[in-house]
Amino acid sequence: MRGRVVLDGVVKRFGGAVAVDHVSLTIEDEEFFVLLGPSGCGKSTILRMIAGLEDPSDGTISIGERRIDGIDAKDRDIAMVFQSYALYPHMTVRRNIEFPLRSRSVAREDRDRLLAEATAALRLEGLLDRKPSQLSGGQRQRVALARAIVRRPVVFLMDEPLSNLDAKLRVQTRAELVDMHRRVQTTIVYVTHDQVEAMTMGHRIAVLDRGRLQQVGPPQEVYDRPANLFVAGFLGSPPMNTAPGEVTPEGGVRVAGGELTVQAAHGRTPVVVGVRPEDLSIDPDGPIGATVAVVESLGHERHVACRLADGSLWTALIATRDTVPHTGDTLRLRPHAGRVHLFDASTGERIATG
Amino acid sequence: MPPADVAEAAAQEEKAARAARRRRRVREAGLGYLLIAPALVVFGFFAFYPLVRTIQLGFYRTPPFPGLPNKAVGFSQYRSVLTSGDFRHSLWVTVLFGVYTVPTGVILGIALAVLAHQRLKGIGVFRTIFSSTVATSVAVASVIFFTLLNPQVGLFSYWLGKVGGSGILQDPTWALPAVSAVTVWQNLGFSFILFSAALQSIPDELLEAAHVDGASAWRRFRYVTLPLLSPTVLFAAVVGGIAAFQAFGQIDLLTRGGPVNHTRVLVYYLYQEAFQRNNDGVASVIAAALFLISLLLTAAQLRFLERRVFYAR
Repeated sequence: MRGRVVLDGVVKRFGGAVAVDHVSLTIEDEEFFVLLGPSGCGKSTILRMIAGLEDPSDGTISIGERRIDGIDAKDRDIAMVFQSYALYPHMTVRRNIEFPLRSRSVAREDRDRLLAEATAALRLEGLLDRKPSQLSGGQRQRVALARAIVRRPVVFLMDEPLSNLDAKLRVQTRAELVDMHRRVQTTIVYVTHDQVEAMTMGHRIAVLDRGRLQQVGPPQEVYDRPANLFVAGFLGSPPMNTAPGEVTPEGGVRVAGGELTVQAAHGRTPVVVGVRPEDLSIDPDGPIGATVAVVESLGHERHVACRLADGSLWTALIATRDTVPHTGDTLRLRPHAGRVHLFDASTGERIATG
Repeated sequence: MPPADVAEAAAQEEKAARAARRRRRVREAGLGYLLIAPALVVFGFFAFYPLVRTIQLGFYRTPPFPGLPNKAVGFSQYRSVLTSGDFRHSLWVTVLFGVYTVPTGVILGIALAVLAHQRLKGIGVFRTIFSSTVATSVAVASVIFFTLLNPQVGLFSYWLGKVGGSGILQDPTWALPAVSAVTVWQNLGFSFILFSAALQSIPDELLEAAHVDGASAWRRFRYVTLPLLSPTVLFAAVVGGIAAFQAFGQIDLLTRGGPVNHTRVLVYYLYQEAFQRNNDGVASVIAAALFLISLLLTAAQLRFLERRVFYAR
């Protein structure tokens, strides 16, 4: 319970602009929780409010049983990893990692033991006497992590810690972070705009847009049942295909180029139809007619981008061994049964999946 | 081709290439000298020639009456002036002046810069006020403080309960500190701007990281801000030191080296010898000594700047 973070009706205004708009969240103890959203969605501001670097304009934040808004950042039992790592450039790696301990007047014996443990955990033994400028990007990142775990805080905050690493190192570090979390068993609040990081690392993710919470849940659930069009479009690469549609009296949905049968299509109309690229196959008997615009090969799969009659661009994923259509071909698309999403055209909220 | 010819051809080729490289180097060097020629001419006329002439003048004793020829005395004038009580006294006054002005200026500059670094409403007004002394000249500053320190009508004299008594600038104990204070005041704007810029170059994230790491405001300043300001501190100290060795205006306007030479810094001593006693010889020796001191300070500065305490990334 001590690492449970609760945000209740948290609002942050900067001048007239609302950066965070009534966000209420409960992050469970020892959970790996990801705040996901595009830049400017307020995710970093939420993290900074938990850290104490910003004060909420309204609402409360607590960790464990303790209300922490209003408490100075240095007195909250948290650690933070910054995007730039924020290593102290004039201190050696050893001093950097010791800094939180020295700041809290940890006794020397304990300090040495904790330093040794954090150093071993992140394989920094040979680097202790170097300055940050003498380290590679990946090493700096590990020093930043060591500085965070050395004190055994109840909550870790991470602000896009992988975004300064190259692609290969990022994949590797992702796995290391998950492993580290398993070992330290501490709540992690992780901010990212990268859906792959969110999907692969988070126990639960919270999707944010323009300061508002859009959806919270386990990654697969959020992916499979997006709460609204924003979430549907933000998660998934290539993003979910959408097109305006109309519910017919027979219970089907008419889109440009064809008519789909969808379970639980209520009388609400107009709607937006959404189908993920991997849920769409090329089928001569498929309900939707389309023209091939571009075919991209990624090696392990191909993206076939097709134009519907109304101009919407839909992408289907096909295996590389399948027959490759050519640009200008006309073909028919079939959504997989039970994988068509319907959204309210005016509010963008999900209506049904069927 | 037989092997010998091949070797010879290769050697000739090598020779031609070397010649071409040499020609190119000469051409490039020529262009380089052409480009620095204007600066060289200006420096030559206004810096190097006077410098050499000054050092040379130090070898001639100025006659007691105008019109008589200068007498070449070798190093004896250098020896006599540099070991004289007058010179050593002025050197001591100058060093004291530097000790009074440099650390004070650095500390006050940092203090004001830190104060003005807050994100507060109307902070711009304070920044403007703090940096305003850069817009005043030495003369203006001196006149303002000359009035404030005036023993009859000065506000400071009134506050210090010294109205009608002997003035602060006329007091052997307080004259140099007073002149130093005016100097610090006048340089404060520059010092403030220097440290403000340095503060702004420290990433906010470093201080935020320290804050989250549990460091108090004092610890954040002492262990993060101050070390990152250290290159600027060194720079300010050396520039301030050189300025102290070149101070003249405020001395001339406030005390004229008095009372009883208590504020007679080296430049003022030089001025008295050169323009009041018309003793070119002695003045030239002082000038040469000043040049050497400034040179050493500048060399120290370059050394420090080269291995600044650290480089950010």
